[in-house]
Amino acid sequence: MSNMSEQEKHFKHPSFYPGDAPETEHPFSLYISVWILLFVLSGFSYMVDYMNVEGYLRWFLVTVFAFLKAGLVVGVFMHMAWERMAFLYAITLPPLFLLALAGILAVDGAFIYYIRDLFMSLTPS
Amino acid sequence: MSSQPVSFEESVPDNLKGLVSDWSSDVQTFKVRWSKAMMWIFLVSDTFIFGSFLSAYMAVRLTTTVPWPNTSEVFALHVGGSDIPLLLIAIMTFILISSSGTMAMAVTSGYKKQRVKTGVLILLTALGGLAFVGMQMFEWSKLIFEEGIRPWGNEFGAHQFGGFFFMITGFHGLHVSIGVIYLTTIAVRVLQGRYDRLDDYQIVEVAGLYWHFVDLVWIFIFAFFYLW
Repeated sequence: MSNMSEQEKHFKHPSFYPGDAPETEHPFSLYISVWILLFVLSGFSYMVDYMNVEGYLRWFLVTVFAFLKAGLVVGVFMHMAWERMAFLYAITLPPLFLLALAGILAVDGAFIYYIRDLFMSLTPS
Repeated sequence: MSSQPVSFEESVPDNLKGLVSDWSSDVQTFKVRWSKAMMWIFLVSDTFIFGSFLSAYMAVRLTTTVPWPNTSEVFALHVGGSDIPLLLIAIMTFILISSSGTMAMAVTSGYKKQRVKTGVLILLTALGGLAFVGMQMFEWSKLIFEEGIRPWGNEFGAHQFGGFFFMITGFHGLHVSIGVIYLTTIAVRVLQGRYDRLDDYQIVEVAGLYWHFVDLVWIFIFAFFYLW
């Protein structure tokens, strides 16, 4: 590869970019430890259900475990941890808008529940 | 051969050829390969689809005055005389995470241009996906034929449960199925030596991104739909 000129590389593959450094190689052991960690976290999530943890603690734990797993998958399996910051932010920041969507829908949903509760209690049974 | 300087418009015409040229010029922000950037952008758009589905599910679940069905009971599996809650889902999670692990190893082998190892690991990943879809079929048929859950109603609680269950897990299952076809295609091409001839295994990483994303979505479906 190294004795090839830039132009030859372009010719060889149209998507080649000079800034594209050779991918960092990671040992299998890294992936296997993340794999095991994902199992453990999934096990924790499962235990939350199995041990009948209820209410806010249940929602909190389930969400925390989900985001930890998501972080491991995106960071290590999808190599985001080794991407440049320009790319990392371009990909990971836009989905944060979903939090706004979820927030607005949560307020709206609670309000609809309130109205339904109010009117259904007025209906003669 | 003329020494006249060529204007930009002349060298890069504003037609389809120019469009391709503009998008593939040396001006760049992301120092990654085009295929990888495009796959990530596709995955971001897919994130919005699944994010909207899950947000809608949350909103509707908030509005129902009828209690939401208890997923531990609905998805319980009867094994050896007792109901084990979410057993099938736990196994499906196990399989999908394992397939993500084999895919990560396939990508690493791809960097090292180990043809057979990469191909076999991708095939293993596709096999895991196939097992997942098979179990999902089992889950759906149990829910439809035995529990009588329909998109418009069920006996366990709020009627909206079925609609959201079939839409969200169905769309995810579709992604897994497409992923199995995609990965099998890539695996065959790896084993045929196509990427050795190109001296380029980038496509394996790009396919891997798709597969890990399917796993990622499942993590959130597992958390928000089955466990919340």
